[in-house]
Amino acid sequence: MKWITAVIKPFTLDDVRQALTEVGVTGMTVTEVKGFGRQHGHTELYRGAEYVVDFLPKLKLEVAVADELLDRAVEAIIGAARTGKIGDGKVFVSELEQAIRIRTQEVDVDAL
Amino acid sequence: MRFELKTSLAFIGLLATSPAWAQAAIAPTHIDSGDTAWMLTATALVLLMTLPGLALFYGGMVRAKNLLSVLMQCFAITAMVSVLWMVYGYSLAFSTEGMQAGVTNLHSFIGGFDRAFLAGLKPDSRYQTVPESVFVMFQLTFAIITPALIIGAFAERMKFSALLWFSGLWLTIVYLPVAHMVWSGPGSFLGDLGVLDFAGGTVVHINAGIAGLVACLVIGKRRGYPNVPMPPHNLGYTVMGASLLWLGWFGFNAGSAVAANGSAGMAMLVTQIATAAAALGWLATEWIVHGRPSVLGIVSGAVAGLVAVTPAAGTAGPGGALVLGLIAGVVCFFSATRLKHRFGYDDSLDVFGVHAIAGILGALLTGPLASPKLGGFGTVESLFGQLWIQAKGVGFTVVWSAVLSLVILKVIDWTLGLRVDEEQEQVGLDLSLHEEKAYNFS
Repeated sequence: MKWITAVIKPFTLDDVRQALTEVGVTGMTVTEVKGFGRQHGHTELYRGAEYVVDFLPKLKLEVAVADELLDRAVEAIIGAARTGKIGDGKVFVSELEQAIRIRTQEVDVDAL
Repeated sequence: MRFELKTSLAFIGLLATSPAWAQAAIAPTHIDSGDTAWMLTATALVLLMTLPGLALFYGGMVRAKNLLSVLMQCFAITAMVSVLWMVYGYSLAFSTEGMQAGVTNLHSFIGGFDRAFLAGLKPDSRYQTVPESVFVMFQLTFAIITPALIIGAFAERMKFSALLWFSGLWLTIVYLPVAHMVWSGPGSFLGDLGVLDFAGGTVVHINAGIAGLVACLVIGKRRGYPNVPMPPHNLGYTVMGASLLWLGWFGFNAGSAVAANGSAGMAMLVTQIATAAAALGWLATEWIVHGRPSVLGIVSGAVAGLVAVTPAAGTAGPGGALVLGLIAGVVCFFSATRLKHRFGYDDSLDVFGVHAIAGILGALLTGPLASPKLGGFGTVESLFGQLWIQAKGVGFTVVWSAVLSLVILKVIDWTLGLRVDEEQEQVGLDLSLHEEKAYNFS
């Protein structure tokens, strides 16, 4: 199993969710986050007082998938979240050791 | 009847553009239903300026953790001043006891207590052509908004108890005497000087703006200012507030005619023209200087225009209002965005930068713009002569407000303390002083 963590632009969420559903992903967790990478923040100016805002709002998407689904899931995220402009975000993939569904106590792929 | 005659004379003094008290011959003798209907409406409009106009205008500009404290201060001031006005405020501001045209005595500066608890007020008491009860209410709304304007200077850090003491004492010691000196008719100190102030440029805006500057200097900067970002938490509120101020200001300026007549109509027109011109003046200047037209900028410009035209609304013509508004918008852009950063004081919501500066500008230019030579409707003979008279009025108000506000603030600071402690300021006044939060998301 793999653990996919994607940081995406907030407005791409609906497209990303739909694309993931289409390749067979059945669940995901979304968190509102702030951060920065290559995309710099912006400045705000109120009556002459200038504020530099470094952290930009993003969404963090977390998905657990079976190994054979990984490539399609990553492609789905990239396809739906890519605008070609700086600040589109990143996808991180890591090993997932165990998964358990609390209600039935099914484990691993059966629990996803 | 004796009182009615005196107040009628006082009213003529209010409208007179020079001490031409001879016009008292046309003193009205009855209540006019049209005038009364308009003044009832105007009074409600001026109350709308404070609640919710000013409260939202200021509330949007503070951080989310202090929104309720600003709304609370506006609301509490409204309630407290209403009671003080009934008890002695109206009397000290508008009693004409002991006043005589051309004679300077104690009652040129402050009214007597003969109208305390609104003594003698009956349903048929008359002020010019409106019931006196309506005039009492109309003037009360001015007394409410003036201390409420000051809170923008010390927003986000004053104790609520200190705020109440300050507002009550400031109303009594600073506002009531100045209102009396300008508006109480023959024998009033600034009125007899010939100072033109139709709707309250000196009494309301310079008075409050100067007090704001003194207050923010005495109480000190917010913790972290100017290094910690303190952006407005909801500019939508600020735009709604500014829009309600614009609307309510028609009651303020056109209502100051105390009649539904040509003077009121012209006051409404020049108010609109000056406000629009100032909004555009600020917008254009900001666009050129900062490269972006901002929402906070255009609404701040509108408020600067409203302030500037206030003393001039009874005497300036449409052309004069256009020029006055444009100048106010451009000048206040610089006074609000540059002055406090240059000198390092924390006039949090720019009470001085907008109200005092636009107030002074408006009060001075009211003189020349009243002249028919510049399209005005006053009886001003010499442009510079009236400018000098206006300058004396401005100078007197600035000194009066600065010195007495300083004394009041120092006394409160020594006794009660003006400021919340560091932790309360950090947590925010809403939670630490009122045990409430404006926004509960979960």
